Amino acid sequence: MDAIILQILNGLDKGGAYALIALGLTLIFGTLGVVNFAHGALFMLGAFCAVTFSGLLTISERIRDESVTFFEAYKEIPYLTLWYGDTGQAIVDWAVPLSILLAVPVMLLVGFAMERGLIRFFYKRSHAEQILVTFGLAIVLQEIVKYFFGANPIPMTAPPALAGSADIGALVGASNISYPMWRIVYFLFSLAIIGMVFAFLQLTTFGMVVRAGMADRETVGLLGINIGRKFTIVFGIASAVAGLAGVMYTPILAPNYHLGMDFLVLSFVVVVVGGMGSLPGAVLAGFLLGILQSLASMTEVKAIVPGIDQIIIYLVAVVVLLVRPRGLMGRRGVMEA
Amino acid sequence: MAIDTSAWSRRRLLKTSAALGAGLATPHFFVRNAWSQDQAFCNNPSGSNVVLGFNVPQSGPYADEGADELRAFQLAVQHLNGEGDGGLVNTLKPSSLKGNGILGKKVTFVTGDTQTKSDAARASAKRMIEADKAIMISGGSSSGVAVAVQSLCQDMGVMFMAGLTHSNDTTGKDKRRYGFRHFFNAYMSGQALGPVLAEEYGKDRKAYHLTADYTWGWTQEESIKNATEALGWETVQAVRTPLGAGDFSQYLTPVLNSGADVLILNHYGGDMVNSLRQAVTQFDMKSKQVGGKQFEIVVPLFSELMAQGAGEAVKGILGTANWDWKLDNEPSKILAKSFGEAYGSPPSQAAQTCYVQTLLYANAAEMAGTFYPPELIKALEDFEFDGMGNGPTLYRGSDHQCFKDVLVVRGKDAPTNQFDLMEIVKIVPRDQVTYDASIFGGELGPYEVKGCAA
Repeated sequence: MDAIILQILNGLDKGGAYALIALGLTLIFGTLGVVNFAHGALFMLGAFCAVTFSGLLTISERIRDESVTFFEAYKEIPYLTLWYGDTGQAIVDWAVPLSILLAVPVMLLVGFAMERGLIRFFYKRSHAEQILVTFGLAIVLQEIVKYFFGANPIPMTAPPALAGSADIGALVGASNISYPMWRIVYFLFSLAIIGMVFAFLQLTTFGMVVRAGMADRETVGLLGINIGRKFTIVFGIASAVAGLAGVMYTPILAPNYHLGMDFLVLSFVVVVVGGMGSLPGAVLAGFLLGILQSLASMTEVKAIVPGIDQIIIYLVAVVVLLVRPRGLMGRRGVMEA
Repeated sequence: MAIDTSAWSRRRLLKTSAALGAGLATPHFFVRNAWSQDQAFCNNPSGSNVVLGFNVPQSGPYADEGADELRAFQLAVQHLNGEGDGGLVNTLKPSSLKGNGILGKKVTFVTGDTQTKSDAARASAKRMIEADKAIMISGGSSSGVAVAVQSLCQDMGVMFMAGLTHSNDTTGKDKRRYGFRHFFNAYMSGQALGPVLAEEYGKDRKAYHLTADYTWGWTQEESIKNATEALGWETVQAVRTPLGAGDFSQYLTPVLNSGADVLILNHYGGDMVNSLRQAVTQFDMKSKQVGGKQFEIVVPLFSELMAQGAGEAVKGILGTANWDWKLDNEPSKILAKSFGEAYGSPPSQAAQTCYVQTLLYANAAEMAGTFYPPELIKALEDFEFDGMGNGPTLYRGSDHQCFKDVLVVRGKDAPTNQFDLMEIVKIVPRDQVTYDASIFGGELGPYEVKGCAA
């Protein structure tokens, strides 16, 4: 039983990342009708916002190691620590969550630039062309990041107060269940972001117009609303959501330039399973597939069906598409001939 | 018009033929192995240059390691051509190197990108052999790639001097006559690490393996299991993980409730960085107690670049290495100086093995007096040498595996600089890691192949 609870917890934090990426993908697809294969790259760019911000906070004095003369060998102490002692060190320690301050404006700008500079020229083109151009863009973004940051994963740490694992078992009256605190934080963070996006779409006038645009773009345009501008903002928001998901994921997975591609395919499966164009469907499918993937990795399960952990997501996608071609919560008429 | 053939009697024809044959052969008696240079073989260099092909990951997750290997190859080429400080050209013993290229021909090189994919690596090796006329292929960073390229080189009759490849299969069941490996292997890691593990953690331990699901992972798991079980350890479970899994949480969570008190990570590259960091910094495994014993983590194959990626998580973790720039011997210091001055960082173990392989190929050509691969192969087989930083080393003829000391290393607790990530715990003598070549089977194959010149 403990093992199952642990795997469900695993699935929740993994599912949180899937849901956040899939949410942005669905938002873009629902509003602009664009299949954005660069969305994984936005997740990766968010992670590298954290790397950059952390790098800025840890600009260091280099203390030369005199025992090495063939090349420059040194030990680094961040100036913030040198100048402000424990306060400075605390800022350095909290670099990842603080990176959100940088990531939100940067990712909004990246989103605006992508939409205005490239994506808008492909609104009326076929999905195949949209996929090709956005996939190409993803590769370009990847290579830019690799040029500046290298191919090696870059270690990022959670704040010490949130590092290590917490005894979850004590909370629920069970034993032997300890789980990494940062992963619990990530799950709660993903819930908060999802809640904010839904609240924004449901409770604001802007959100109402966007939802109306998703349902019938033409009519909203005839009412005199510049829906195009609003959709640009939506693209920026989707980009920021993916970026924030990336920022907070860095202590879980050391980021490298390829991070986005690892998530991209899975996120598309999530969107398809959830139902193209359905925001609640994307969130539901994200968590569902995350949990199923974790449960399928259990030794007991693999003993029955070897290799199931590697195919479970695709297997579920096949079954859902066969039984319910529109996905779990897909709307009639979306991506249907 | 009739042709007058009366002057050509059968006797005269035989005499003339014999005289002509002897005449043609005579000078060759005085030049060692010169006969072989007349053989048709793949990419026999005809001009004043000889081309070497360096096949490393220039894109993909191992691109940084590939870049370091490439730097080492460039340095080796400079030293072979008599440029720079000469590096280990001056320390190899016995040496036939002259510092004027190889057999008087200036060494040039071309590069290929393996992308750490077998098919891409084979394609780039083929391109370097066919289009660029490379006479030798070297490089690595993945055993899957090494095995695939080695097999291609055997077919094409081109020497393959493997770079970083650690699977037993490379010089075991998949060994080839045209392939040579200087790097150590998983079996040697197990033999070197086992006694140190017993010394440090005791003989009553329960191990849980997480293993990358491909040739290298399988052979390392087998080798470490055999070595630790021989010491009295019990293997609780061995779980295969998909290559590039990224998030290993679903594989790590069962570990603590399995009764195991040691986690062995048969992972390399990004997988090693992620699984180790997640086990140490997220699941807090190093601070757990299981059955009154401190929980321990072991990474049998260490790499400097991966240690950088793992950051703090690498501290106190035991593993093995082929070579370390901090080794206290003259050739290691010379290579660290030469490489450090050229590139601003110390050479990684991947760089060292690539550098050494290039020099050993050149030396074999000088020893054989020809580029003809069968002669080079014979020169390398059972070649005993020193002066490359690993101590006395044997290139065993029966499997083309180098036998030399193996390092047991540990992630350093208090590094003094950004490159000081590992400390050498023990230098395990080569006798302790030497094994019978027959245990891994495999066939080297023929010396003579039709190759690309056919």
